[in-house]
Amino acid sequence: MSTETAAPAVPMVNVQIDGVWLQFPKGTRVIEACGQAQKFIPRYCYHPKLSSPGNCRMCMVEMGMPKMTPDRKPVLGPDGKPEIAWIPRPQISCAQDVAEGMGVRTGSPMVEEARKGVLEFLLINHPLDCPICDQAGECRLQEFSVEFGQGESRFLDEKVKKPKSVELGPRITLDAERCILCTRCIRFMQEVAKDDVLGIVERGSFNSIACHPDRILDNNYSLNTVDICPVGALTSNDFRFKMRVWFLKETKTIDVNCGTGANIIIGSRENTIYRITPRENNDVNGVWLPDSHRLNFKYVADERRLTKPTVKGQPVDWRTATAIAAEILKAHTAEQLWLVASGRQTNEELFLTSRLIDALEIEKQHDILPRAGEPDGLLIASDRNPNTTGAKLIGLCTSKPGSRLKNLVEGVRSGAIKTVITLGEDLTKCGLTAADLKKLDAIIALDILPNQTTPHATVLLPASAWVEKRGSMINVKDRLQRLNRAVAAPGDAHDDWEILRDLIAAVSGSNGLAMIEDVFKAMAADHSEFAGLSLSKIGDLGLPVVSEKAPEPESAAAH
Amino acid sequence: MAYVVPRPNLTWKEKIYLPSIVAGMMITFKHLKRMLKGETKVVMQYPEEKWDAQMPEHYRGAPTLVTDEHGRERCVACQLCEFICPPRAITIKPEEIPSGDKFAKVEKRPKVFEIDMIRCIYCGLCEEVCPEQAIFLRKDYAITGITRAEMVHDKAKLYELGGVFTGLVNKWNPKK
Ligand code: SF4
Ligand code: SF4
Ligand code: SF4
Ligand code: SF4
Ligand code: FES
Repeated sequence: MSTETAAPAVPMVNVQIDGVWLQFPKGTRVIEACGQAQKFIPRYCYHPKLSSPGNCRMCMVEMGMPKMTPDRKPVLGPDGKPEIAWIPRPQISCAQDVAEGMGVRTGSPMVEEARKGVLEFLLINHPLDCPICDQAGECRLQEFSVEFGQGESRFLDEKVKKPKSVELGPRITLDAERCILCTRCIRFMQEVAKDDVLGIVERGSFNSIACHPDRILDNNYSLNTVDICPVGALTSNDFRFKMRVWFLKETKTIDVNCGTGANIIIGSRENTIYRITPRENNDVNGVWLPDSHRLNFKYVADERRLTKPTVKGQPVDWRTATAIAAEILKAHTAEQLWLVASGRQTNEELFLTSRLIDALEIEKQHDILPRAGEPDGLLIASDRNPNTTGAKLIGLCTSKPGSRLKNLVEGVRSGAIKTVITLGEDLTKCGLTAADLKKLDAIIALDILPNQTTPHATVLLPASAWVEKRGSMINVKDRLQRLNRAVAAPGDAHDDWEILRDLIAAVSGSNGLAMIEDVFKAMAADHSEFAGLSLSKIGDLGLPVVSEKAPEPESAAAH
Repeated sequence: MAYVVPRPNLTWKEKIYLPSIVAGMMITFKHLKRMLKGETKVVMQYPEEKWDAQMPEHYRGAPTLVTDEHGRERCVACQLCEFICPPRAITIKPEEIPSGDKFAKVEKRPKVFEIDMIRCIYCGLCEEVCPEQAIFLRKDYAITGITRAEMVHDKAKLYELGGVFTGLVNKWNPKK
């Protein structure tokens, strides 16, 4: 759970939690203060990023304020600390800020009673769905019932029946019986997504979450409601009934669908990815993730994935493929070569690409393919390449990515360019046509899936997708973040940086790079932004990097 | 860490072995005498003869899946047995029950349910963990095959071995 760190100017207040006096910045929620004091308070409706309606009553604690003398002075106890007058009934801790001299008891008999009671009420009409419920294993109702509940039901009557399997939108199914009406989903849509489509309908025990009559829940942030739903009421259609959560291996990595670089967790089992969920990083994405980004992972398991290096369509082994590629490159002058790098490459791959460019003595005949889209004002950046910043920093493109691509097209059409290397980009998207591609002596392509270019490739090198590799990227806000490997690359596909390393070695001799860490070290030696860092030092949350030298100005690219 | 096994100190009687050999021969002769007198019970001639009828109720043979009196497959593919199974013999792929189905209310069932009987150690944990009373260890113990693939019991085979169980808890009836 997050804890807001306050600016130092905020005055501190003294609060007694379970008998210990502690200081907290003014404005801290009692529930957060208890959390900081290592006293976890169970909660359903409270979410640190949303407003606090205080409707679930799960977070009740015993509270008290200092005893006052008739002239409004706190009565001091023998230890010199104020004596506390305890309020005789439990209070919710999520909607209350700490106050000077406040006392909190988080585990007293009254609190335990209150929690048992709340859980008993919540379970009265709750179905016994755990065996089929996707939330099982990460369900707060299960967890708190075990930890704070009373273990058996005293309810004898028939349970209330509510709609199950209700399609709220294209990506979300609601099971109203499991809903505990915490309103987190409603508040998320109101306060974060700013698309007020959810509400509660019906009365009393028949209360149920529903969409506005004319609307469906189709917002591009709708799946965040599934993440924050503390129970299994909202389920993702994509993940529904696919895999139990306790089997999922969680890999902390970053999203690559746009320049934001949202922090994510990939849930995979035995080399299959089942779901992607957001990971908290308040400097990047908070705790949210757009649906379009989190669902865009199916292509990495596509059966058309390239798995074997080929030369003119014939499968060969890696050694042969690399040797033939090197031969082709060496047979051309630097002026006859063009290299299309990608804003989807990691820094390490971009760095090795720059080494390859140096080895081939290519000058200015390289660029990346820009990808622009509409920003959505929340998390989706207009730059749909995840690592444009890295490409600029390492010098693979000018300050205006893509501005040199027109030289490529002209060069190919005039016959000056004879061979093109493309690192994961489709050349037909760079302005070339299939006829242009046929004119070339050779194309050396590195990619993961077939595209318009791959059939024309002389040497085709199967690479790894972003979920299959380690490395780093820099987001649009100059934050250096880390990618981690969740699954293994299919078949004979290699890690991109290894392909590049072998290619450089074949062109210009060995380079002594054995591990990705070595690549980072070499990169840090060349680019001061990475100095003193390593992949492990980047950490799970990333680091801001200051780009010291401006990228090559655009004018240098013009003839 | 190396562990030193202490060698026993043998007495001279033990060192010459003869007394033990004599004692052993006495047992052999005792049995020979009983056999000649026709007192010895001969072992059962397996597999022509079998002990199946005397097998106790709690016997733990091959794990199987069962259907209930309404013909519903009881397993809801919760995958708890897959999780608990020590040798990882169980493989389950869940699926959603289509809305037109008679048991659509149950929502989930296994699409693939396989138990690799080469791996299974007949521990019974799957039966114990099942929240739906869907998997039971029955009395089949002679599970053989000539290929590895044959030793993997698929869903059809598991239901064939398991059959119908009546009188189990039924929480999926309409009046849950
Ligand atoms: S919401 Fe939680 S308690 Fe309710 S059925 Fe699902 S897993 Fe079980
Ligand atoms: S659907 Fe989930 S998040 Fe929404 S009110 Fe119900 S329990 Fe809360
Ligand atoms: S009996 Fe034990 S080993 Fe065999 S399938 Fe069940 S849990 Fe696995
Ligand atoms: S534990 Fe029972 S219900 Fe769950 S998958 Fe195994 S057999 Fe099916
Ligand atoms: S968490 Fe405090 S009332 Fe719900």
